[in-house]
Amino acid sequence: MDSRFIYLDHSATTNVKPEVLEEMIPYFKSNFGNPSSIYSLGRKSKQAIEEARERVAKALNSKKEEIYFTGSGTEADNWAVKGAAYANSNKGKHIITTAIEHHAVLHACQYLESEGYELTYLPVGPDGVVAAQQVSKAIRPDTILVSIMYANNEIGTIQPIKEIGGITREKGVLFHTDAVQAVGNTSIDVEDLNVDMLSLSAHKFYGPKGVGALYIRKGTKITNFIHGGAQERKRRASTENVPGIVGLGKAIELATHNIDGYSEKLRNLRDNLIDQVMEKIPNVRLNGHRKKRLPGNANFSFEFIEGESLLLMLDMKGIAASSGSACTSGSLDPSHVLLAIGLPHEIAHGSLRVTFGEENTGEDVKYLMEALSPIVERLREMSPLYVKD
Amino acid sequence: MYSDKVMDHFMNPRNVGEIKDADGEGQVGNPKCGDIMKVFLKVEDGIIVDAKFKTFGCAAAVATSSMSTELIIGKNIDEALKITNKTVAEALDGLPKPKMHCSNLAEEAIKEAIDDYKKKHGMEPEKEQGERCSRRCDDILNDE
Ligand SMILES: Cc1ncc(COP(=O)(O)O)c(C=O)c1O
Repeated sequence: MDSRFIYLDHSATTNVKPEVLEEMIPYFKSNFGNPSSIYSLGRKSKQAIEEARERVAKALNSKKEEIYFTGSGTEADNWAVKGAAYANSNKGKHIITTAIEHHAVLHACQYLESEGYELTYLPVGPDGVVAAQQVSKAIRPDTILVSIMYANNEIGTIQPIKEIGGITREKGVLFHTDAVQAVGNTSIDVEDLNVDMLSLSAHKFYGPKGVGALYIRKGTKITNFIHGGAQERKRRASTENVPGIVGLGKAIELATHNIDGYSEKLRNLRDNLIDQVMEKIPNVRLNGHRKKRLPGNANFSFEFIEGESLLLMLDMKGIAASSGSACTSGSLDPSHVLLAIGLPHEIAHGSLRVTFGEENTGEDVKYLMEALSPIVERLREMSPLYVKD
Repeated sequence: MYSDKVMDHFMNPRNVGEIKDADGEGQVGNPKCGDIMKVFLKVEDGIIVDAKFKTFGCAAAVATSSMSTELIIGKNIDEALKITNKTVAEALDGLPKPKMHCSNLAEEAIKEAIDDYKKKHGMEPEKEQGERCSRRCDDILNDE
């Protein structure tokens, strides 16, 4: 076993930054009060939540009152999609989304279909980007919601959210974007984008797991999703996850502080890796648009080999990455995203996703390349599909 | 999630390769499902004296390929036919449940190769060739 450990799976999750953890700790210990309690201990918790809300609003350029904390990115997505669908069903039952959404949106949409809603799943091009014109064409008089992710979690492609926002605004249709992968990697301005709802999740930008937020533009018609007490201005019940919310607030502040510099750093690592892989390894393709992608995302398909084998061999070298192979998901089919960009099954099975983050350096790219080439070669030698010429 | 034995056979697979002019050859699986195994047998006086494989698939598929070739070398045809996916999985100290179907791949590839050998030598094969090829995807579906 190699003693080196290189984490290249930041789209899966990230570590909690020490500064973030430090701000959270008092809310586990001395400041444990329930934010709804009227004594001063409770008020301290309440105040901490409102400060976090302020930080999120600042990061997204929204109003503070438009930010609602949730239990995860998944919950934010479910709330947005189902809440908007239920609240606007008198107007119509048609919803537009894409074929490459995260399951948090996709399965919520499929559930709504089972309840009689009509869904349009827009295709993406081979580059993994949806055409804004397609959205325009798909909108009907009974369309009540468009939900399109900002950045894809597998192939990293960035969708033309601002352009789509212009279209939905003009046609008077609600627009939700799942920005779970985008927040912290690229700057976001909800006013500029014309979105009505936006989901985010703290653990993708060095905050804690199990806490997210939904931005809901003032005036947006949406039903409640979690019913119970009067928390979050009666919109989302349950005693607040105070340490988590505090952590989210600190993490988003840190993440947006020098976001352009951070994006630039990730982009350099990404481009360096993509250039080397494309040059040094034969029979490989880059999945997703070369430029319109998350700064830290590279996704490749290596022909003739299977992704889980590749990941395990990389793991033996101390490298943590991910794949869209069926064998890594426990299902029969490879990732729906890779199939949606038109990859044949056997190529989709051989995918590798590398997502860079804060602590990565050029050395890591070098180490990865040194490990990757021989592993790919070795697995190909073993593959009955590979005919060496 | 994998046993040490599985990881050993995955990282250091035994009998990878091909046999030129093999006495029996079998291939099962399909790239759609994410795994394919090809087996080559050398048979002398009814005894499998050598076996080699090539596999496209996950760690479980590679490890079961490796283990099953080890198990059949030195056995006669009838003994080799008795090796089931369970035998292979047990020899590997077990497979995670969602990966049990991978062990079918090895069992079936060996049976295909033995049938091929029998056909080439004027014997009655157990099954028509190709009949086993599509079974695995269905197995996975039924498991779920
Ligand atoms: C695009 C996208 N949406 C939603 C989620 C779900 O977020 P969470 O893990 O906070 O539920 C993820 C994370 O896996 C994601 O990548």
